Amino acid sequence: MGTFIFRRVLVAMSVALTISIVSFMLLHLSGDLATSIAGPEATAEQVEQIRIDYGLDQPIVNQYLDWLGGALTFDFGHSYYYQSTVVDLIVDRMPITLTLGGVALALAVSISIPLGVLAALKRDTWVDRLALLFAVVGQAMPSFWFGLTLIVVFAVTLQWLPAAGSDGWQHFVLPAIALGYYATPAMMRLTRTGMLEVLESDYIRTARAKGLRTGAVIFKHALRNAIIPVVALAAVELGFMLGGSVVIESVFSLNGLGQLAWDAISRNDYPVVQAVVLIIALFYIVLTLLADVANAALDPRIRTR
Amino acid sequence: MSRLEVNNLLEVNNLLEVNNLRVDLPVEAGTLHAVRGIDFHVERGEMLCLVGESGCGKSMTSLALMGLLPRKARLTADRLQFDGIDLTTLPERRRSDLRGARMSMIFQEPMTALNPAYTLGNQLCEGLIRHRGVSRREARDRALYLLERVGISAAKDRLEQYPHQLSGGLRQRVMIAMALMCEPDLIIADEPTTALDVTIQAQILRLLRELQQEFGTAVIFITHDLGVVARIADRVAVMYAGEMIESAPTPALYANPAHPYTRGLLSCIPAPGKTPPGSRLQAIPGVVPSLVGSVEGCAFRNRCPQAQPACERTPPLMSLPGDHRARCHYADRPVPAPLQPEMSS
Amino acid sequence: MTTSNVSATVSSARRPGASLGEVPLPVPAWSRVTRRIFGHRGLAIGLIVVGLAVLIAIFAPLLAPHDPYHQDIANRMVPPVWHDKGSWVHVLGTDKLGRDTLSRLLFGTRISLTIGLVVALISGIIGTTLGVLAGYFGGRVDAVISYIITTRLAMPVVLVALALASLTGGSLITVILLLGLLLWDRFAVVSRSVTQQMRDAEYVYAARTLGCSLPYILLREVLPNIAGSLIVVMTLEMAHAILLEATLSFLGMGVQPPLPSWGLMVAEGKAYMFFQPWVIAIPGIALFLLVLAINLLGDGLRDLNAPGGRN
Repeated sequence: MGTFIFRRVLVAMSVALTISIVSFMLLHLSGDLATSIAGPEATAEQVEQIRIDYGLDQPIVNQYLDWLGGALTFDFGHSYYYQSTVVDLIVDRMPITLTLGGVALALAVSISIPLGVLAALKRDTWVDRLALLFAVVGQAMPSFWFGLTLIVVFAVTLQWLPAAGSDGWQHFVLPAIALGYYATPAMMRLTRTGMLEVLESDYIRTARAKGLRTGAVIFKHALRNAIIPVVALAAVELGFMLGGSVVIESVFSLNGLGQLAWDAISRNDYPVVQAVVLIIALFYIVLTLLADVANAALDPRIRTR
Repeated sequence: MSRLEVNNLLEVNNLLEVNNLRVDLPVEAGTLHAVRGIDFHVERGEMLCLVGESGCGKSMTSLALMGLLPRKARLTADRLQFDGIDLTTLPERRRSDLRGARMSMIFQEPMTALNPAYTLGNQLCEGLIRHRGVSRREARDRALYLLERVGISAAKDRLEQYPHQLSGGLRQRVMIAMALMCEPDLIIADEPTTALDVTIQAQILRLLRELQQEFGTAVIFITHDLGVVARIADRVAVMYAGEMIESAPTPALYANPAHPYTRGLLSCIPAPGKTPPGSRLQAIPGVVPSLVGSVEGCAFRNRCPQAQPACERTPPLMSLPGDHRARCHYADRPVPAPLQPEMSS
Repeated sequence: MTTSNVSATVSSARRPGASLGEVPLPVPAWSRVTRRIFGHRGLAIGLIVVGLAVLIAIFAPLLAPHDPYHQDIANRMVPPVWHDKGSWVHVLGTDKLGRDTLSRLLFGTRISLTIGLVVALISGIIGTTLGVLAGYFGGRVDAVISYIITTRLAMPVVLVALALASLTGGSLITVILLLGLLLWDRFAVVSRSVTQQMRDAEYVYAARTLGCSLPYILLREVLPNIAGSLIVVMTLEMAHAILLEATLSFLGMGVQPPLPSWGLMVAEGKAYMFFQPWVIAIPGIALFLLVLAINLLGDGLRDLNAPGGRN
């Protein structure tokens, strides 16, 4: 178990490093940053001045190593746009995105798992079909459009909840629903298939042969085994949701990391873009690492090997 | 007193009474009649062997007794009584009070019959805690005692182990201990040795027989191997194509098999000293008829070496001397000689 | 870091041929296929809607009542026909520049379908190549390719696509290329695991012992046997790409105006959604229906591919 975790951590760290290289290269090679920053009206001299000011005239490897040296000590440089360091901006915005992601995940888990269990127990009945419809609709719904629809219905027409901002918990309800619904179908389906598979298994028959109550058979014996892959998926989905928060935050004007990234992208504020991409990738990497550890912890066959 | 009540009084001593048990399964092509009206009983403390090839309905019979049939299966019976309790009308909740407490089951596949997520101790104890309301401590003591009793060394450490840490033979011993936890009146063992190595098989068989005699538990032992039966069973019931075609005390069945199928099965077993080395073991030619739809006449006649025109009619269950019954027109009389001798050449 | 998280979305591979269920009577292969398709409601609906969308895309110029780019400021924000002030001239109304919504919607089908198809094709080629190589060779090759897949999965697609689209200046071509270069992960994961199962299959082994060349084995023996799974992934990735294009365009970094991208139509209507909600409802519903139909198609194909029942 110890070596297992150690190896995974090593892989995770090297993946993080690779991503920092790839995203750095992609940003620096897919266009001329100096021209983009200077804007369409700038003269050639201005562009050259920016190139020198921002160190963009240096060889790209040097630029990367400079950046990496800073990044290792959480120094991502200065924002081109805000009068602030990149780290301050990120620390400032991160809580909102994490709250949004956390609430959305909690919502998704608390809907998808009971629904998946119910669908499996009531296989091929209208309950199952309804659950499947719920999943299929969620998979096809563009999240930005779903968010706008929620605003029109619940914020404008019914006026139950605020449409924008991040002042209180009410502000997180609609965005969390929009983001959480995106993660629900996959978890619901995985719970359902897992339960169906487990319910057919020999050990469930053994549990029933012991005369255990239906509740104990379903929750103690079946769900405990069916849930293991769902836990791993939940961690991965949270990673995806943090990455996808840029859409939801822009729809609901939530001032989180996603909004920061989008603003930075439209303002050619590359140090911020670079840092946010890396931070979100890091979250994903840590989450998948946790998913693997959780998987091993939940499954005695891996844990006690 | 009506005749039915008299019957009830007379037969109340039998632990299990089964009359005309049928199990139907809906399948794509129609209805599969897995069990087609079988009658048998189990006396207290006896070991009854249910023998038959795969698909003959013996597993369905055991699941029907336990109330563990697949959801889509339909069960009907004129009588299905366990210790005087009518199982056909018993609500599921009361039924689950019996399961594991008064009747328990050992399955064929020890590798998959235990939940991989829980320790053996946990899985051994939960039935006793559920049925007897004992404390975890008391349940553990009982589990420990039974683990030692089924021949597991270092039983205390085993309680903390998970199923994957044990071999198949050990797991089956755990399953046996689990079945004994609540001191049931009846244990149904569905091919408990089929998935095990031959040497382990013999150990498990001996163990089951010993425990059965020690605890006075009745056992229905299900197997496809007639060789196993001779060593352990008090009585044998042979199933074929969803019917019970012969039942008798073990010695009588071996001495005087009355049904051609039983005779065929017996000739498949190599007997030390009797079967000459190198000689071919006999196999019964032909295939079992499909149980989807209805079966007319004797189900065995297409494979029977002595089939007669009379076999087109469904044979009755004939009673022979000494609690011996067989479902064959010719169980109690010789097969008529062929009418046209030249055809036999 | 397992890639198995992703493979959970696609059922494990089955050998072709084993996928046709036990049909008792000999039935001609084609009618057996049609029976299975229409016995499966989701698949039938998906097939019909996607087929309609393809027809609409092809015949958009004939079907559209107006020029989708023609601006008519005098007739801006006309509501759809079922509205009190609607008219049959503009069945689905007009946008803020007076362009006919129905015509733009019909032409938008072209953009969505093109994006879906081409992106799935590009990413399919990249992902399948990587996956088959990793699955077939195993060992070092597998380790390297798995590492690449893991790295790709850790990159936030939406963010990276947004940043790159903004740098390169969004256009239909750049969006297609970007998404094609980003969305190959599921192809790689699935084809890798299926190829792994196939590597030791007897016919592959036979081909190897017969001395067949490597490209021959991969193209003639392995590829046809993973095609079923790949087609399923292909539909799912088409849907994914269509949604992502709409998202990028909605955020202003994808397809640029005046092209009638559905995501762009939602973005352009956003300012009016409080009082004229149909301006975002109509393109949104179109997008939803198309993606839903493609997903239904994919789910249905997966069920056909795996006889064990639906997932």
